[in-house]
Amino acid sequence: MTVVRISEDALALACGADAVAAAFVAAGCTAERVSSWGMHWLEPLAEIDGNGFGPLISGDVAAVLAGTSDKRIGPIADHPFIKRQQRLTFARAGETRPLSLDDYAATGGWSALKRVKSMGSLEVVAEVTHSGLRGRGGAGFPAGIKWRTVLEAQGPRKYVVCNADEGDSGTFADRMLMEGDPFQLLEGMAIAAQAVGAQQGYIYVRSEYPHAISKLNAAIELAKEHIAPFRVEVRVGAGAYVCGEETALLNSIEGKRGEVRAKPPLPAHEGLFGCPTVVHNVLTLAAIPHIMVPGGANLYDSLGIDRSKGTMPIQLAGNVRHGGLFETAFGITLSELIHDIGGGTASGRPVKAVQVGGPLGAYIHPSQFDLPFDYEAYGGADALIGHGGVVVFDDRANMGALARFAFQFCAAESCGKCTPCRIGSTRGVELIDRIRAGGRDADPVEALAQMHNARKDRRSRAEDLQLLEDLCETMQFGSLCALGGFTPYPVRSALKHWPEDFT
Amino acid sequence: MRAQRIVEICASHRGREGPLLPILHDIQREFGCVDAEAERVIAHELNLSRAEVHGVVSFYHDFSAEPDPRPCIELCRAEACQARGVEELVASAEAAAGERVRLKTVYCLGLCSVGPAARIGDHLHARLDAAALVKLLQSA
Repeated sequence: MTVVRISEDALALACGADAVAAAFVAAGCTAERVSSWGMHWLEPLAEIDGNGFGPLISGDVAAVLAGTSDKRIGPIADHPFIKRQQRLTFARAGETRPLSLDDYAATGGWSALKRVKSMGSLEVVAEVTHSGLRGRGGAGFPAGIKWRTVLEAQGPRKYVVCNADEGDSGTFADRMLMEGDPFQLLEGMAIAAQAVGAQQGYIYVRSEYPHAISKLNAAIELAKEHIAPFRVEVRVGAGAYVCGEETALLNSIEGKRGEVRAKPPLPAHEGLFGCPTVVHNVLTLAAIPHIMVPGGANLYDSLGIDRSKGTMPIQLAGNVRHGGLFETAFGITLSELIHDIGGGTASGRPVKAVQVGGPLGAYIHPSQFDLPFDYEAYGGADALIGHGGVVVFDDRANMGALARFAFQFCAAESCGKCTPCRIGSTRGVELIDRIRAGGRDADPVEALAQMHNARKDRRSRAEDLQLLEDLCETMQFGSLCALGGFTPYPVRSALKHWPEDFT
Repeated sequence: MRAQRIVEICASHRGREGPLLPILHDIQREFGCVDAEAERVIAHELNLSRAEVHGVVSFYHDFSAEPDPRPCIELCRAEACQARGVEELVASAEAAAGERVRLKTVYCLGLCSVGPAARIGDHLHARLDAAALVKLLQSA
């Protein structure tokens, strides 16, 4: 009987994978539901004896089985999109059944955890430090230093918290990992727990990811004995973007408003319920099993460039022809990513801008496309790598509108605790509206000034732009967390490279 | 009777650390809202003040003070879906939704490479164009 492998990833389902699988079953095949290869433009993608067919609709099934389909892409493993990757975290993507303990063990699963159980805490922390792994959630903080801090901190108990509140537009790597390879995340968490002395872990997942939530819950039940004595619970968020900020996330797990906490104290000292806590993003924790196998730390350290070590699962999204998940060592350029790998825009129109690092990331102009994917290089260019989301826009994008959207998003999602973010974002929307309207709109600030017998004339465009600059400065340096602090990145970059969109 | 059910829900989460969010999710799912009455019962059960509970309920977008029995469709309008043209679909979607369907905006469903995307319950829909979205709204 023909075995057809079809992804059950949420994205594949959204593209109609269930109907295609059902059509294969109706034609007498066995449908094996696996994780996604990450070639999203080909979803639903079916694999028969290593050969891929996609994107399929149920009407294509007869031709696929008859060998006459024009949707054949040849051997999947040899596809250039797969061949060009350096896959570690996503090494199993497309190849294993997400909830099969057999598949996981057969592909090296649990071997790192077994090894770690016979090692001392300091030894484990030293290897993680040596690997050069930095937090993949956006801040890029060295994981080993965080672990050492928690290991040395005193507390009645310790926690490992996985930040799975992937709310950035253009990102889906956490979702794919949780849905496609949940045991890997649990193994990484169990290793972290073993290293720092934690018994309890939480995975905080956003409520927008129901498929990931059910996969994780099932995986935790199945893997219980493997990760014991460590215990993990999934905690579902409630639709607040700011809870992706680690301290807001901790408050949310505690059952409070998702307001950020002032740092210090660091979560490593006083985190969840006041106890020392390791907080890592999904991808950081999922990289751990690859680092903790023999020689893994050395391999990790040998990949990447400068201080950006290892691989980054890059998410190609937005108006791109070949969108999907592309894991590669640091150092690749946007130009390679967008043109060679992504195949340019899906619309076929010229690329105008690329937003890297989520809604708080800068808009990159095509003249900067040779910038290497590297934390420091991006930082130097007033940009962010963030969670590795790359969103492509064609020439129809209006950057003034997108800058306004950045402020609007910040205003809607601000936790309200600090003034620069809470008030600044709203003033930012007003200011951009005023600038884009040529200063003709009514300005409440002006009305206020008149009450104090201040100037009665209207601000010029230059003065408005200066005010915008001041506002961005205040938000960037005065906000408590990245939401207010990074919103100036998209705004400033849009204004800098596309001033014509602000008239 | 409703109060009794909320007491039961609270009790079912008693073993958890920081049980408020899971409790609120259960109540929202079962009653379609977390209203003032529910807040009062929860506050009593968890030994919190009404203000504390209300502060949490009103903070999160997932909880509502009143039930809305209409079918709900969540349309992603984050940047990646904007890059794929979601804004051009909004007017016709709003027209098709009318008063019958609740058209809600969300920011990211994690389908950023195949947008515009929408969600109805746990069902996801990708690669939407105006016709597909209107059809979705009509069948919601």
